[in-house]
Amino acid sequence: MFKKFLLLASAGLMAIGPAVAAEKVKIGFVTTITTPAGVIGKDMVDAVNLAMEDIGGKMAGLDVELIVEDDGFKPAIGKQKTDKLVKQDKVQFVTGFIWSHVLLASQKSALGAGKFLISSNAGPSQMAGKLCHKNFFSTSWQNDQTPMAMGEVLNLNNVKSLYVMAPNYAAGKNMVAGVTRTFKGKIVGKDLTKWGKDAQLDFSAELAKAKASGAEGIFVFYPGKAGGAFIKQYAQAGLQGKIPLYSVFTVDSIALPKLQKANMNGVMGSVMTQFWAPDLDTPQNKKFVSGFKKKYGRYPSFYAAQSYDTIFLIKSAVEAVKGNLSNKDGMRSAMEKANFPSVRGKFSYGNNHFPIQNFYSREVVKDSDGVWTTSVREVVLKNHQDTYAKDCLM
Amino acid sequence: MDWVLIITQLLNGLQLGLLLFLLASGLTLVFGIMDFVNLAHGALYMIGAYFCATLTEFTGSFLWGLLIAVPVTAAAGALLEISIIRRLYSKDHLDHVLATFGLILCFDTAVHFLWGPEGKAIPLPTFLDGRVTILPGIEFPTFRLSIILTGLLLAFVLYFIITHTKMGMLIRAGASNRQMVSAHGIDIKSLFTVVFAVGAAMAGFAGMMISPITEASIGMGNEIIIVAFVVIIIGGIGSIKGAFLAAILVGLIDTMGRSFLDTLLKLILSAENAETAAPALSAMAIYILMAAILAVRPQGLFPPKGR
Repeated sequence: MFKKFLLLASAGLMAIGPAVAAEKVKIGFVTTITTPAGVIGKDMVDAVNLAMEDIGGKMAGLDVELIVEDDGFKPAIGKQKTDKLVKQDKVQFVTGFIWSHVLLASQKSALGAGKFLISSNAGPSQMAGKLCHKNFFSTSWQNDQTPMAMGEVLNLNNVKSLYVMAPNYAAGKNMVAGVTRTFKGKIVGKDLTKWGKDAQLDFSAELAKAKASGAEGIFVFYPGKAGGAFIKQYAQAGLQGKIPLYSVFTVDSIALPKLQKANMNGVMGSVMTQFWAPDLDTPQNKKFVSGFKKKYGRYPSFYAAQSYDTIFLIKSAVEAVKGNLSNKDGMRSAMEKANFPSVRGKFSYGNNHFPIQNFYSREVVKDSDGVWTTSVREVVLKNHQDTYAKDCLM
Repeated sequence: MDWVLIITQLLNGLQLGLLLFLLASGLTLVFGIMDFVNLAHGALYMIGAYFCATLTEFTGSFLWGLLIAVPVTAAAGALLEISIIRRLYSKDHLDHVLATFGLILCFDTAVHFLWGPEGKAIPLPTFLDGRVTILPGIEFPTFRLSIILTGLLLAFVLYFIITHTKMGMLIRAGASNRQMVSAHGIDIKSLFTVVFAVGAAMAGFAGMMISPITEASIGMGNEIIIVAFVVIIIGGIGSIKGAFLAAILVGLIDTMGRSFLDTLLKLILSAENAETAAPALSAMAIYILMAAILAVRPQGLFPPKGR
């Protein structure tokens, strides 16, 4: 009787054995699906799905499960969804995050539970500085870096006075701080406009102020649909040709098709800075952009590029530990090496786990099919590290 | 401060005010006459914009798009009234809020399903896309000026209908005392349908006029509807004149707050605090006004007679 029990028990254990080996890599992806900002989330989810296809749905032989959650553009919901991913779905990686304020509200839920948190877009100064964490990584940039590059472009173009406009939230303030840090001329006016689910989209009053200020350039940061609205009103108010536009994260593959449809020629040749562009010449980027265009029939945005990288970063970590997901130290040190094919080419991670990378100036051009897209001009900041890294005591 | 900027901002404020009036006039009539709280009024603003975007694409001209989309939106409004809204009049306000909130969700999802999440831009014809010189040195976007002109025209037409026609008389009577109107044998049912359809058309028209500036997007009506409620509360529920004056007041306060509040605040606060506080304060200004008016004159500035 006892022998029989032992036999059964060991048979049972054997049955459990393979089940443990067949553990899944679970990735939670928090982004915005509803609200007009959902168009950004769609681009990101499309890119992640493409990446999943490109890796054959497997990392180090393990199946990969992707769970997408909608933050509704609200910090409180982002946190709730992060909690759900951590506690109910038991994911190993929480990724995504478009918005800095959503990431800041959600980070503790993931990091406190010992999960890896990878931002595919948001790069608030806090996460790069005082709040930096051994399990937090970014596949994007720290918010201030891109506008800092823009400040340099403005200096090169001999712009002496600047009008600044950005939404009134964490990233908007970082963007303004960034351009202010490197721009050597005078900032003659500044507007921080209402943001969130009921964001201000009519900029009549602000544009009239910009016009009256007599500035030599206008710097804006309006991600998502606000960007298209801004560009249109900028042209309608007659600022085009009078106050040249210098933007970050505003004119992208999401805004351009609509601007082209509305025939807003004013955006042609407008200058922006970015760590990436669809025509950046790296093998991984060629594969990504052509794959994305083939599957979805449009250019990917930088949001999509960063999301694509996120999956490959995780894959490099899972493969380094040969699929042993309990080896967190091994996965962390693998990710710190940034040893994966990135769309931006080779880069390294700083002490705060933000990329040290190049920033380019790019320009709106027509591609060979007549489609409006952005194209890299030159390197503005080479191997640039964010300024908050020194505040990170890790 | 230079006067060119002040005049431009006054015009911007007037433009915003007239847009709000287009939206608020339908809301105030429906609320005032039928005693019906219609949160879904903003959804009509949205579908008007989407209809116009699609028709503009189809006909290749914004003016044709506008011309066809307005009656289509009115028809959609009439259909909505006959199929759903009509059944809710006898219920109390809380049921209205619940049911029309449900309608908002239905409309938002339907638009997401039909048009996708990314919103639709409406291209303007060249003659509307430029600027006109109003006074020497003051250039104003032609399209924003045309919002002001059409808004004023519609306000005048509505004023004429309400004060000088039989239909207007019935509407005024309905706003003052509904039971009495039906007791006189007036077909209040079809009057309600007509008022609702006209309100829908005005809201849709407002959506069509803002979309070439900001573009049509899901949920675009959900934020502005709150401001429209503020307008009708300030103006007095059921009053077109009240809605008109309150809308212009709210438009001016909002625009002037956004333009000059940070400069004023810098006199008493540090530059950084002023920059952060100004947008928050100017967003609050209209609600502060509403609270003040509710405290002093709860019936609003120009309530309909006989209430």
